Amino acid sequence: MIEVEQLTKRYAGVTALEGISFHVGKGEIVGFLGPNGAGKSTTMRILAGYMPPSSGRASVAGYDVVRESLRAREHVGYMPENVPLYQEMRVVEYLRYRAALKGVRGRKITERVNDVLELCNLSDVARKLIGTLSKGYRQRVGLADAMVHEPDLLILDEPTIGLDPNQIRQVRDLIRNLARHHTILLSSHILSEVELTCHRVIIINQGKIEALDTPQNLRHRLRTGGEIRLEIHTETPETAAAQIKTLAGIRSAEWQTEDDWHHFQLQVETDTDPREALFAHCVKQGWKVRELSLTRTSLEDVFVEMTQPE
Amino acid sequence: MRKCFILLGRELANFFRSPLAYTVLCFFLVLTGFNFQYGVSSLNLVPLTTTIVEAFFNNIFFWFPFVLIFPLITMRIFSEEYKLGTIEPLMTAPVRDWQVVLAKYFAALIFFIILWLPSLLYFVVFQTTTEFRAAEAVGSYLGAYSMLLLIGMFYTALGCLASALTQNQIVAAIIGFCLTCLMFFMSLISFISPQISPTLRALTSYLSPIEHMAEFSQGIFDTRPVVYYVSLTVLALYLTLQIFQSRRWKTA
Repeated sequence: MIEVEQLTKRYAGVTALEGISFHVGKGEIVGFLGPNGAGKSTTMRILAGYMPPSSGRASVAGYDVVRESLRAREHVGYMPENVPLYQEMRVVEYLRYRAALKGVRGRKITERVNDVLELCNLSDVARKLIGTLSKGYRQRVGLADAMVHEPDLLILDEPTIGLDPNQIRQVRDLIRNLARHHTILLSSHILSEVELTCHRVIIINQGKIEALDTPQNLRHRLRTGGEIRLEIHTETPETAAAQIKTLAGIRSAEWQTEDDWHHFQLQVETDTDPREALFAHCVKQGWKVRELSLTRTSLEDVFVEMTQPE
Repeated sequence: MRKCFILLGRELANFFRSPLAYTVLCFFLVLTGFNFQYGVSSLNLVPLTTTIVEAFFNNIFFWFPFVLIFPLITMRIFSEEYKLGTIEPLMTAPVRDWQVVLAKYFAALIFFIILWLPSLLYFVVFQTTTEFRAAEAVGSYLGAYSMLLLIGMFYTALGCLASALTQNQIVAAIIGFCLTCLMFFMSLISFISPQISPTLRALTSYLSPIEHMAEFSQGIFDTRPVVYYVSLTVLALYLTLQIFQSRRWKTA
């Protein structure tokens, strides 16, 4: 559905994208992840036909975004960041205009507009002026606009930015439902959201792709699979630490003391769970255990590790 | 072509959604109404050789609002879209750049025409309340109103050009105002400095909208101003399109 090859974009003196390549298959939800200014919006704008790349090639639905821009745009539903809308139009008016502009004809316009109004829960504000709507509603108007012409591909730039947690959940559910009929490329810097909705994640930083994989695989890529918190009571924490480090699956151990209790933070190898062995060891040594828990690495850790400057 | 009409419809409706349109309409009606009243009262005072139609289209109270009106009509036409960012959804819809430029231009031009429609009523009122004729022949109306349209076409295009340059409406209005004033007052050079060369004087009178209007409102049709205004309109629109497209190739 999307083919991107060696895409580069330079603004006056600044390189926003440096030869990125990726492809997205039909029916996939792909998340675009990266810190601000990494090149997410630039890539999306190029794919949506808003501006051409400096070099490289990109095509959507089989149409080149530069040479067959109009064709490509017909197959893309794009929701720009911050959702700019005409303030003085009514919601239904705006959607009808957008549908007509995107090539929906005649009676189909009313049908499509009613469909998206319902899908995006906008029916009760259909007659309201867009300028009077709250942020959450505007975001949904943007989303309704993006899919009013039944595009094969939806490109959503920060679809949940500025929404409250309930609205974020609504939009997330909506996106997941949409995936049945559309291919979706969305950008975000909320990691949990990407983790929950996307099949694949593209991590982009300073105009380059740092990683492109499923959320699960990305987690495997990290050197640590998680962190164990262990709180024990023992007379000799130094020897205890040394012993723990030798156990299978433990990469490193750090500890601090707080009124007779020692808090250990243990880094665990990927795909292992040494908690049972650890507990057995504690029992054997006669240490008193107060806490033993494992936190798996989240996408957030992957993100931080990949995008942090060295 | 269908896309053009969809865009045109929205642009035109957009004029009447904002209070600006009504303010401009009001302001304009007051000034042209005053102009008409002035024409009628001067006909009352002294015997003139001109008809009321000629008097209406050939005095300072006609030209003053006329020149002033274009920046007000066109200033927001591109600037507002840049400023609000709505240019992004617009240009990612399957529409061509020239379709957008033409739609916006014709919306502004149609609004300009709407502004002038009430003035036709003045002459009807004049004919029915006095036993005088407003003009000697129908050619006088045709001439005056087609010159109005010709100059309007060109100055509206200049206004669009100014608006395409900047995202600030005030700046767009000022640039538009400067451009229209430049084109308009160029012809007055001969008044300002009487000792200019005869060639320059002849040239400026050829380009003078005041001269054009004086001629056309008498019902005299001349192809030279028609060619002049139509070609300059096309040029201004072409430049507008180029400026509008250049936005794609520069900054974010």
